[in-house]
Amino acid sequence: MIGPAQALFVREWRIARRVGGGAAIGAVFFLILVSIMPFALGPDLALLARLGPAILWIAALLATLLGLDRLFQGDADDGSLDVLINASLPLELTVLVKCAAHWAASALPLIVVSPLFGLMLAMEPKPLALVALTLAAGTPALTMIGAIGAALTVSLKRGGLLMAVLALPLTIPVLIFGVAAASAASGGDAPFATPFLMLCALSLFAVAAAPFAAAAALRHAQE
Amino acid sequence: MKSMRLRGTDIAIERGGRPILTGLAFEARAGAALIVVGPNGAGKSSLLRAIAGLLPLAAGAIRLDGGAADASVGEQAHYLGHADALKAALSAGENLAFWAGAMGGRSSADAWRGALDRLGLAHVADFPARALSAGQRRRVALARLLVAERPIWLLDEPTTALDVAAQGLFAAVMREHLAAGGLIVAATHAPLDLDGAETLRLGAAAGAAP
Repeated sequence: MIGPAQALFVREWRIARRVGGGAAIGAVFFLILVSIMPFALGPDLALLARLGPAILWIAALLATLLGLDRLFQGDADDGSLDVLINASLPLELTVLVKCAAHWAASALPLIVVSPLFGLMLAMEPKPLALVALTLAAGTPALTMIGAIGAALTVSLKRGGLLMAVLALPLTIPVLIFGVAAASAASGGDAPFATPFLMLCALSLFAVAAAPFAAAAALRHAQE
Repeated sequence: MKSMRLRGTDIAIERGGRPILTGLAFEARAGAALIVVGPNGAGKSSLLRAIAGLLPLAAGAIRLDGGAADASVGEQAHYLGHADALKAALSAGENLAFWAGAMGGRSSADAWRGALDRLGLAHVADFPARALSAGQRRRVALARLLVAERPIWLLDEPTTALDVAAQGLFAAVMREHLAAGGLIVAATHAPLDLDGAETLRLGAAAGAAP
């Protein structure tokens, strides 16, 4: 079981890191979203600092979903999916490993650079690490929810937008608790632990449940 | 390897609510290839996908005697479709090493190098798959059959884009698989040069695609 999972992870990682793989594009997209916000909101540093956690979270949400529409479509287009369905890993685990590789290749860089981008939004240095921590706890849920949307739209040629339409409403709870925890981290009286633990719970639930939903959608799409 | 027998009885397959095949029966035995022939749209590919478990049967059943009891037919089969299942960004060798690992085969470099060598492709192992010609890509896809051992081979037009020499190489590979007790179901228009192959002829079913 370890061998096939490792082989799949290595393959996904290599594809994502090569030219056209899209992993680096996600981080650049994140940077652009964060840096155009001050142009839209104006040069009010206090306002930027207050909105900072929300901006970081929305940018992370969009950047994560952006790269996900090709998660299964590439494999469906070149015939790999037909073979993966009957490979030695169960399809549910295949989904989980693909999501893990996608998260490591595209969400992890976002989390690493988010403190830097937080500085651009005039946030205090101290809560930046905590905001990065909320992103680390919440982005697995975003990836897994996006994977369900990607699996549902796998047979559509231009399913990217539809996938976002399907997945974005489901990410609202993650966004609520993510921004609540991030805002609490950057000041205010609200507690940090409660929304942060809810965020962890959402991620754990998504990691446990989404592979089954996505695998069922992939099997159905074969018909 | 035990002597295997793949049997289909009274099979019906629908695509998009339209009947493609009805009342079809077939039997494939270990050591002999079953060649599925028929005009375009007769349901050859649909039959192979149904055997691989990628397409649900509207009626009937496909049974495997003598195979592993706890695995489906698809999990004991190599399915080679029209698409080559190669990632353009990865080299031919990386593609094969992945499939060797994912299909539960030997993932050592010797295994996939040997498979590439069998199909006369050792010199392109480090080329990215996007730089290969259609025939070379097909050969890499065929090498996938060799990097992990699975008794059943379901081949959909396996010799597409292959030159005469490669067709000869692949015929030898297929004969070896059959001699080792393997089982082949192949849909094809071109003769595959196999002795003792049985033929399953699919007519243009009513309402079949043009």
